[in-house]
Amino acid sequence: MDLYEYQAKELFATHGVPGTPGIVVTDVDAAEAAAVTLGTAVVVKAQVKVGGRGKAGGVKLAKTPAEAREKAAGILGLDIKGHITKTILVTTASDIAEEYYVSYLLDRSNRTFLAMASKDGGMEIEQLAVERPEALAKISIDAVTGVDLAKATEIAIAGRFPEDVREQVINVLIQLWEVFVAEDATLVEVNPLVKTPDGIVLALDGKVSLDENAEFRHPDHERFADTAAQNPLEARAKEKGLNYVKLDGQVGIIGNGAGLVMSTLDVVAYAGEAHNGVKPANFLDIGGGASAEVMANGLDIILSDPDVKSVFVNVFGGITSCDAVANGIVQALKILGDKENKPLVVRLDGNNVAEGRRILLEAAHPLVTLVETMDEAADKAAELAAAAA
Amino acid sequence: MAIFLDQNSRIIVQGMTGGEGMKHTARMLASGATIVGGVNARKAGTSAHFDSGDQPVFGSVKEAIDKTGANVTVLFVPPPFAKDAVLEAIDSGIALAVVITEGIPVHDSAYFWAKAVATGNKTRIIGPNCPGIISPGKSNAGIIPANITKAGRIGLVSKSGTLTYQMMHELRDLGFSTAIGIGGDPIIGTTHIDALEAFQNDDETDAIVMIGEIGGDAEERAAAYIGTNVTKPVIGYVAGFTAPEGKTMGHAGAIVSGSAGTAAAKQEALEAVGVKVGKTPSEAARLMREVIAG
Repeated sequence: MDLYEYQAKELFATHGVPGTPGIVVTDVDAAEAAAVTLGTAVVVKAQVKVGGRGKAGGVKLAKTPAEAREKAAGILGLDIKGHITKTILVTTASDIAEEYYVSYLLDRSNRTFLAMASKDGGMEIEQLAVERPEALAKISIDAVTGVDLAKATEIAIAGRFPEDVREQVINVLIQLWEVFVAEDATLVEVNPLVKTPDGIVLALDGKVSLDENAEFRHPDHERFADTAAQNPLEARAKEKGLNYVKLDGQVGIIGNGAGLVMSTLDVVAYAGEAHNGVKPANFLDIGGGASAEVMANGLDIILSDPDVKSVFVNVFGGITSCDAVANGIVQALKILGDKENKPLVVRLDGNNVAEGRRILLEAAHPLVTLVETMDEAADKAAELAAAAA
Repeated sequence: MAIFLDQNSRIIVQGMTGGEGMKHTARMLASGATIVGGVNARKAGTSAHFDSGDQPVFGSVKEAIDKTGANVTVLFVPPPFAKDAVLEAIDSGIALAVVITEGIPVHDSAYFWAKAVATGNKTRIIGPNCPGIISPGKSNAGIIPANITKAGRIGLVSKSGTLTYQMMHELRDLGFSTAIGIGGDPIIGTTHIDALEAFQNDDETDAIVMIGEIGGDAEERAAAYIGTNVTKPVIGYVAGFTAPEGKTMGHAGAIVSGSAGTAAAKQEALEAVGVKVGKTPSEAARLMREVIAG
């Protein structure tokens, strides 16, 4: 889960990372009031989960409260790479002498964590990594020993931070590591970390991604759930405990197991090439135990998507047996009743498949087509979606 | 011979007495695996009942090994307790730990992996978030259904559980030496490369199916390994060409893997070293049939 800048800074403050005071607002009155409260020149910053805010006009300096109001008016509602700005952070403006970069992230290839640091921050870090890779230090971190004083010193030296700020940077590195571990983050990034003209080191921006697997030990992270920015279908699916991602096609997909569902999306997209280019409308993994209730919840979400013209149910009965899945589909259609009118293509295979197919054939639901293989079923679902579109 | 798991495997189950543990222990027993006990500190000294007979429950992995000669542990321990359970397995020095548990925080996986490395990798870890490993006709450690295939001479390694089952089903008439699901988490104990190396050295494996999916660069690394080390034929399949960009992959994370992580990049890397990659699971199965037919 990616956090907004203001949420990242909230976690930074909890762990003692030095920053600037700020106030989160959602309208121009509050923006002006925030500037009055802060009592300094302020920076008005769009809160969107995408890079390049500055270039898109989402970050503005305001010298007076009236100016803060005016800048906020221009930023609220601003479309930044498809993200509409609804929230603004008003924060004390800092004079900047130097800009640095530091981050901690998960290093999958080496199955550990990685620190990245550079005395040359501010710019897009991808650009720095490509143009001057030697300026970006990458230091591997042992997950057991973590970042202590010695490790933080090693990172600060590798990042070539100037002597006069090194001690402050080392402290920030230790505090950010605390954020990374204590909050179960997979990314903690500060760009820029700055030195002010009077020599103080501050985190002026912040990016944090949290590990959703660790939610069980962070009930307080629930406050970061971004229900407003979420697709309403995705929000409903999450409430029902379903693993659902909305896509922009016409063929609704239900399957069991993440790999098989991803594969199903591909097979449907290939089949769609011969049927007016129809595409998968969603990713939905109902997991191992496809009970009637889970199937009904899944079908309900997918069928309420107006983009969906046909549905492909692709289940391989590994642990679950196909008769249970077939009963689930039949009962789900009963629960949904007459409001249901989109065609369903079902492919069942694996455990107890003969009984599963028998149940579906016997139910003979007018909307259900039973197809033998995954490839044929994908083709049928794409054909039906193209015909209905 | 098979890889990592064979007829000499003596399996204990950490978390046997829980719902998932009981269900899947019964399934492993039914498929002919040699299960010698369970571990649950709070239920030490009791036994768990199965149709094939009662299983003793031990207080620790160490005790279970001492009393049964176990050399494999399968973990069905819930996420909040999984880290300690894996660390206990590593401390015991058991040869193989198969971590089925889904939803372990990545900081916990990174921690137990670092411990495993620090102790010289005496314990091979498979998973977490994986279906386990099966050597049909010999043994079965995890949740892979035993009845969808038979013993044969194809080796299978996959990130995904259901795609493992799908491929075992597609090639059920040919059969498998070992099928291993390595898991889809960002940090896993056994990689594609580990399995490829073992299959290459296994005299009961003639050809290998490798199934990957989007995220990370494990498939690209496996491709590089195949190019220099694997002489047996390898057929590939990669899922997720049309999937959206992974949410767990952070902005800065993209720097580490560069352009890697997409299905297209993985397919390209595999094809560059002569691996034929199926566009769909059924096409991958067909390519394997061509290989076997010579």
